[in-house]
Amino acid sequence: MTSDELTDIEIKLLMEGVFQVYGHDFRDYSEASLRRRLTNWLSGSGFATLSLAQSHLLRDRALFDTLLRGITVNVSEMFRDPAFFKAIREQVVPYLKTYPFIKIWHAGCASGEEAYSMAILLLEEGLRGRFRIYATDINEEVIRKAHEGIYPLQEMQNFTRNYQHAGGTGSFSDYYTARYDHAILTPMLRENIVFAAHSLAVDADFGEMNLILCRNVMIYFKKQLKERVLGLFDSSLSPGGFLCLGTKESLDHRHISNHFEEIKPRTQIYRKRYAKK
Amino acid sequence: MQKNNGRKFKAVVIGVSTGGVSALKLVLGALPADFPIPVLVVTHITPDSDDGLAILLDTLCAIRVKEADDQEPMIPGSVYLAPANYHMMVERGGTLALSIDPLVNFARPSVDVLFETAAEVYGPALIGVIMTGAGNDGSKGLSKIKSCGGMAIVQDPADAEMDAMPRSALQLLKADHIVLLVEIPPLLIRLAGVKP
Repeated sequence: MTSDELTDIEIKLLMEGVFQVYGHDFRDYSEASLRRRLTNWLSGSGFATLSLAQSHLLRDRALFDTLLRGITVNVSEMFRDPAFFKAIREQVVPYLKTYPFIKIWHAGCASGEEAYSMAILLLEEGLRGRFRIYATDINEEVIRKAHEGIYPLQEMQNFTRNYQHAGGTGSFSDYYTARYDHAILTPMLRENIVFAAHSLAVDADFGEMNLILCRNVMIYFKKQLKERVLGLFDSSLSPGGFLCLGTKESLDHRHISNHFEEIKPRTQIYRKRYAKK
Repeated sequence: MQKNNGRKFKAVVIGVSTGGVSALKLVLGALPADFPIPVLVVTHITPDSDDGLAILLDTLCAIRVKEADDQEPMIPGSVYLAPANYHMMVERGGTLALSIDPLVNFARPSVDVLFETAAEVYGPALIGVIMTGAGNDGSKGLSKIKSCGGMAIVQDPADAEMDAMPRSALQLLKADHIVLLVEIPPLLIRLAGVKP
């Protein structure tokens, strides 16, 4: 048996233990990413193998928290994939404007960059006071960070460029204040965002959403977990609601795919059909 | 799965950076449509690139070229390009996986990420190729391929448009073949066991 094969066995055993002790379920996470992330964590942990670390991880919550961070922290950018945000602005917002109030679920919001991007977009489209974004992530520490809305100043150049390509109608610098080497997003953006902890692997659905944003989150899940999550999204969306996936994800060959229609090919923005006549 | 002196290779991984477009045109353009194993390619492209390069290469090459989709099953006779701003990885069971994990060697997609995950899955049945490029992405990955028993091919630095990437790989490991760019396709064809 190769050492890589042994590592795979150790990962399976550890993930089973983590689920039983802490209730976090990574058993259906896709292996390649999980293996890379766990190997990274291990190399900074002082343990030689995951088996040696396991005894401590299952007993020491603080140590487990460092592992949790290593497994779950996703990175994003404001207006990541500008073309996507442009499509939302041009092709989805006109529908949203017909609703008196818009409820958005941003699943797997990580440190909040895309939730704030959506808030900026909707404010610029004149929807102030008419929307609420429920931004959730499995990682509570990351949720706290997202709520703060503070990002490294050096990111702003990239965010600004994304914003411009995404069809931003204002000046991006109006949305943050620079302090030393950080940029603090203007608190107004937070008014319509509720940050909360939620696990797509174990928690239940959210009611009556008009739009669900879950981009580059399910790429870390195996098929079975992906199907579970898509089922959650299907039952959380109102008829006519929108489901937005990452650039390289699609609903093709998924069990809910016949409930949805892509608004335009290759946008990865799907609209839930109204019930059959 | 094809034989070559008793060795069976199951996949080719290619890493390339600066000078990559013309190198890929040449190498992929010389592979037959029925190349018997999948080819996975990481080339460093800017984060907002679309799948234009894959479409261009597909029109120029006999072999099918496409940008990888999430959890796409790999099939022989296909070249998969890592999409801009995603790492591309190989899963056990022969599917591709994507991630938006942090940059590796200042790059996403990173050659090391592809090579290391492919080596973990394919072990000795993998061929790794490093071609022209700046920086040192791919060196650690190719070294991992070697340590798992796979085969390492490096473009001769003197022949490369940018010699840093091949040179860095050669400093870290002993390549099985150091060849000119034009020699790479016939070598791959021979190793993959395409019948003449």
